[in-house]
Amino acid sequence: MLNDWLYIGLILIIAPIFPIMALIIPRILAPHKPSSLKSETYECGVKTVGETWVQFKVQYYNFALIFLIFDVEIVFLFPWAIAYHQLPLFAVIEGILFILILVAGLIYAWRKGFLEWF
Amino acid sequence: MSDPVNLIANWLKTVLINWGVSPTWITVILSAIGVVVLASVVLVLDIFLVWVERKVVARFQDRLGPNRLGPFGLFQPIADVIKLLLKEDITPDKADKFLYNLSPVIALATVIMLWAVVPLAPTIFGSDINVGVLYIIAVGSISTLGILIAGWASNNKFALVGAFRTVAQMVSYEVPMVISILIPVILSRSMGINTIVHSQTVWYIVLAPVAAIIFLISSQAELGRAPFDISEAESEIVAGFHIEYTGMKFGLFYAGELLHALTLGGFFATFFLGGWRGWGVETYPILGIFYFFVKAFFMYWVIMWIKYSFPRVRIDQMLNLNWKFLTPLALAALIITALLDKLFQNASYSVYVLVMFLSNVILLYIAYLVVGSYARAERKRVADPEKIRVNFPIKSSGSTIEPRSTSEGAHV
Repeated sequence: MLNDWLYIGLILIIAPIFPIMALIIPRILAPHKPSSLKSETYECGVKTVGETWVQFKVQYYNFALIFLIFDVEIVFLFPWAIAYHQLPLFAVIEGILFILILVAGLIYAWRKGFLEWF
Repeated sequence: MSDPVNLIANWLKTVLINWGVSPTWITVILSAIGVVVLASVVLVLDIFLVWVERKVVARFQDRLGPNRLGPFGLFQPIADVIKLLLKEDITPDKADKFLYNLSPVIALATVIMLWAVVPLAPTIFGSDINVGVLYIIAVGSISTLGILIAGWASNNKFALVGAFRTVAQMVSYEVPMVISILIPVILSRSMGINTIVHSQTVWYIVLAPVAAIIFLISSQAELGRAPFDISEAESEIVAGFHIEYTGMKFGLFYAGELLHALTLGGFFATFFLGGWRGWGVETYPILGIFYFFVKAFFMYWVIMWIKYSFPRVRIDQMLNLNWKFLTPLALAALIITALLDKLFQNASYSVYVLVMFLSNVILLYIAYLVVGSYARAERKRVADPEKIRVNFPIKSSGSTIEPRSTSEGAHV
């Protein structure tokens, strides 16, 4: 049991090393001749106008919020799914009620027009 | 000889014991060797995937593909890697240097991390943690973060737009994906991935075809592949989030994307096609690797097939498909599976399988009718522009955004 988590811990540490190595090798091998013209921002053949880090459409935020509600609630469904063979029918129906509350949230967002992209 | 991997592991163990290493350190060393071997195999596979991808694309487009270097052009990806390593690495002036370099690392590393829990054969897997499914969901969503970081740090408007689109898309499609993974968890009553494979005496694609289809569609979207490639739509935002990346950094994004496709193909194979299950696996566990990769590559090929057959969708269509169709469908499939599983769990297994399959087919048919009526309504709406009420021409950062009708209440 502990060995499994040891493996996970080690892969979390070792996995980034491979791409980092792939970034370090070009530092040694590749030519490096920076110039101010070369490192300008590329934008479709025209000069960059204004700031890049601007305000963005609020709808991205709306969808992120809807996602958050769903994702957090779905995580609660995983213990329910695992304990499934011990659950009586009553508990299963309770779980389904929980899902239906989720659906009610989705319908609310839908009726409110949060799911429209304009 | 049936299981060379564990044979080598045991041999290494005896060698280390003879050297007088303490048992704790033996575990650590063996795990570390396991991690390095797994990651290396996965990365070599990744280089090979470049060749597979290019060759298959070529066949879909009636070309030959790479065929100059080596037999069937097999050495082409190696030449590509050497080229990428020798390319000059340009960092834009105003980019956030640390985050700019961090994001390609995240993009590839998270995909390698996913392989830790994939059971390649009954006895050959990195780690069999009992919350494997949660691990997949958690680690899999870090790659979204990598893309957002890339778009943000590049200091380029196209990259930023690409990143926003990607995040809206990946975040949305994660919901049906997670729900569709929940169904195999219910059927097998376990989050351990090897246990899920063990309990598939009948492949779950028979027991839960709706979940399988939803998983396939949403993994396509998670990958950002056509028809869901608005995040890197060439004709709109040049290259999307990786527009400023050159050389090996771009290579890492590319490698990460290809490997992610194979990984999700592998997960599809694990959850719905029985993973390593196949003829003769009980006696020769090593065969499981073969079966697993045949299924994984088949699903990889299906993903490519979809990619090269469908045109790109718009962002509103993409979000509509997810929130108004896939999510309700996934929830319906979850409710039906949960109820029927409870009601028929004491029935004989063949009856149980039949009930599950038929209920899914009925659900699919209803979904098909709903989509069909929506498509008809949409076609009518588009063909008759007079009816579109222009409500609010929104002005936003200098460009007018096309107003959309709000009189489309009665559809999915």
